[in-house]
Amino acid sequence: MSDEGSATKGKLKVLLGYAAGVGKTYQMLEEGQQFKAAGVDVVIGYFESHRRRQTIAKAEGLEVIPRRQLEYRGTVFEEMDTEAVLLRHPRVCLVDEFAHTNVPGSEHAKRWEDVLRLLDGGIDVVTTMNVQHLESLNDQVFQMTGVRVRETVPDWVVKQADQVVMIDLTPRALLNRMERGAVYAADKASRALENFFRESNLVALREMALRQTAHEVEIREVDLDQFRRSARSGAAEDEPAERILIHITSHPETANLIRRAWRIAEFLQAGCLAVHVRSTSSRIGAEESEAIEKHLRFARDLHIETRVIEGDREAESLVEFARLNKLTQIYIARPRYKRWQRLFSTNPVHQIVRLAPDLRLIIVAERRAASAAPGPQRE
Amino acid sequence: MATSAGKRPDPDQLLKQVEAEEARQWRARLKVFLGYASGVGKTFRMLDEGRRRKERGEDVVIGALQRKRDPAMDHLVELFEVIPPLSSGNGKDAIDLAAILRRHPQVCLVDGLAQDNPPQSANRKRYQDVQQLLAAGINVVTSINLQYIEELRAGVERITGKRVSETVPRSFILSADEIELVDVPAEQLLERVGRQPDAQSAAAERRRLSQLRELALLVAAEVVDHELAAYLKDHGIEQSLSTQERVLVCLTARANSETMMDMGARIARRFSGELYAIYVQQTSLGPGDKAALDARLECAREAGAIVEVLASDEPMEAILRFARAKNITHIFIGHSLRKGWWSRLFGNPVDHLIRDAEGIDVCIFPHAVGQASACPSEARHER
Repeated sequence: MSDEGSATKGKLKVLLGYAAGVGKTYQMLEEGQQFKAAGVDVVIGYFESHRRRQTIAKAEGLEVIPRRQLEYRGTVFEEMDTEAVLLRHPRVCLVDEFAHTNVPGSEHAKRWEDVLRLLDGGIDVVTTMNVQHLESLNDQVFQMTGVRVRETVPDWVVKQADQVVMIDLTPRALLNRMERGAVYAADKASRALENFFRESNLVALREMALRQTAHEVEIREVDLDQFRRSARSGAAEDEPAERILIHITSHPETANLIRRAWRIAEFLQAGCLAVHVRSTSSRIGAEESEAIEKHLRFARDLHIETRVIEGDREAESLVEFARLNKLTQIYIARPRYKRWQRLFSTNPVHQIVRLAPDLRLIIVAERRAASAAPGPQRE
Repeated sequence: MATSAGKRPDPDQLLKQVEAEEARQWRARLKVFLGYASGVGKTFRMLDEGRRRKERGEDVVIGALQRKRDPAMDHLVELFEVIPPLSSGNGKDAIDLAAILRRHPQVCLVDGLAQDNPPQSANRKRYQDVQQLLAAGINVVTSINLQYIEELRAGVERITGKRVSETVPRSFILSADEIELVDVPAEQLLERVGRQPDAQSAAAERRRLSQLRELALLVAAEVVDHELAAYLKDHGIEQSLSTQERVLVCLTARANSETMMDMGARIARRFSGELYAIYVQQTSLGPGDKAALDARLECAREAGAIVEVLASDEPMEAILRFARAKNITHIFIGHSLRKGWWSRLFGNPVDHLIRDAEGIDVCIFPHAVGQASACPSEARHER
């Protein structure tokens, strides 16, 4: 949050944590107080106190933009009043819970869209999120914790942040806080303790947040030259450019495939393209074509370029497309092996390997929950 | 990330086990605040932790404070009883070990863990004093900067060009019950600790600080990884919850492995992960193959891989066992283009690998058999 740039696009700072209660909101308010003390015009766009005494105290003295009330199915919900913030036009706006989904009827489906709107309006934003809300980590989080996080933020959005800071607290300190009821009000505490907040999960999520923050520092600050180069050529000069093809089908594990391939592309600073091969001769059912559409849309939401090509022989079309577009790696979901496929050459792995000895083929395995954890639950 | 091997103990039993362990192995706890440069706010966090403990009714004293500190912290310092340090003429203080042991608080705050004691002190290093406090049952909250961890000194020196003489062994830091990272963007730290003379030197300093910051985050992640492994082991849980990427490159005597090693090293480096290379020996090799294999194993070592040779008649089984044991996330394997009647009838071994590699991505490198290979010149995997 430096002096320049307020006339144009606002700057975004993300306070990254790994669980409710590590102190993200508190830190956000603390920074707000520091801005205020330094004479910077700062307001609270949205903050969630969770009825924590210390958090509420920390907000004292900061101007709050009243929330907007929306009625949905007979219940009144409160969301950030983005238009009111834009009208008030402070230098800095504090917006809690970046990954939050707005109630239906709101102008934007997601709070991060509201935040992008504020940034476009030239307002700096400090926001909070947990690492498990990052889209590309969704499967890994599920695998570790057994919890499928529903509210996610696409990685490209977080990439817009000028700064990502880790809000660290040890799991033991967090569990102590929870036992004393400082995190959630007492009625929720025991339930939360039982599932998501098991110590091993917390430790694993914390490690994930530390590694993610290290990566965010690397791409923003450390590897700047390389990063700029890669923006032009697809890779650093001393490494061959990698370009990744993601094969989009109706396969139920395609979302996992896309996230995984995208994440590897991101770390390798490789280009990435999602491709579906549409058969010209055989027709597919409505359900299948719906699944394919859904997967293509998902890729586009992650800002991955998508292509639909036509061809009767899937493997051949893919390989040909890869060669024409100078792609170096093909990512596919793990095929559902049928016994007869081994006998003949219909196995897609064999076909691609045979056709493309110059490319690499990556078979992405599905990520299953590692633990006998409770079923899906919203975080 | 093996899932099939996962065996969860019954939660009640788990809880009892934990309680029993805690009762049995009761000892004082060490908490460390880790920063990447001075000015990030370690001392503040340490004092703040002390304050919270004091508010909860714990008996907290200050054993050591840096002489140079932000006056804004004075109001925090005033909350505590201070056991005056033993000053020596040359600007070095030592904590008054005897006085603290006599006073025997529940918690002692010790700033600047890496400091050397003045000559004639009982211990040469402050961390040894801390060890004694812990042994006497006094909990310690302390702070340290990255560059003072012995094993990281060389890496930090490469970034900053400065050498520090006072260090603490990594094993001591790893022995801490809790480590908390104090993270601040380099930009903010620069604003806090004073501006640079010009834009160019500010950019250089910012970059240096960011490199240190990244290193601190990765060190903390590594510590947490250790903690997690220990936690799971203590509780008899076999599965991995590790979040680190681990690449396994499968070598053969005949096939060229250069591209595989390059790519494996690159992924491991980019993800700050680990790199393994294995060779599964089925039959004894002829002298030519043996030499080729040795060269490949050497290349793998040079690329930074942990190299192992396994003996087994079932190579794919051996690979999978190894991968599960090491929580591998990617297996890199060559795929020869030979197509015998055997694999047509019973399936190619790589198919078995793909089918059974639960939760592990398999990366296939098609290759012809028997290409010449040299050591890859690039893609050293440095940790």
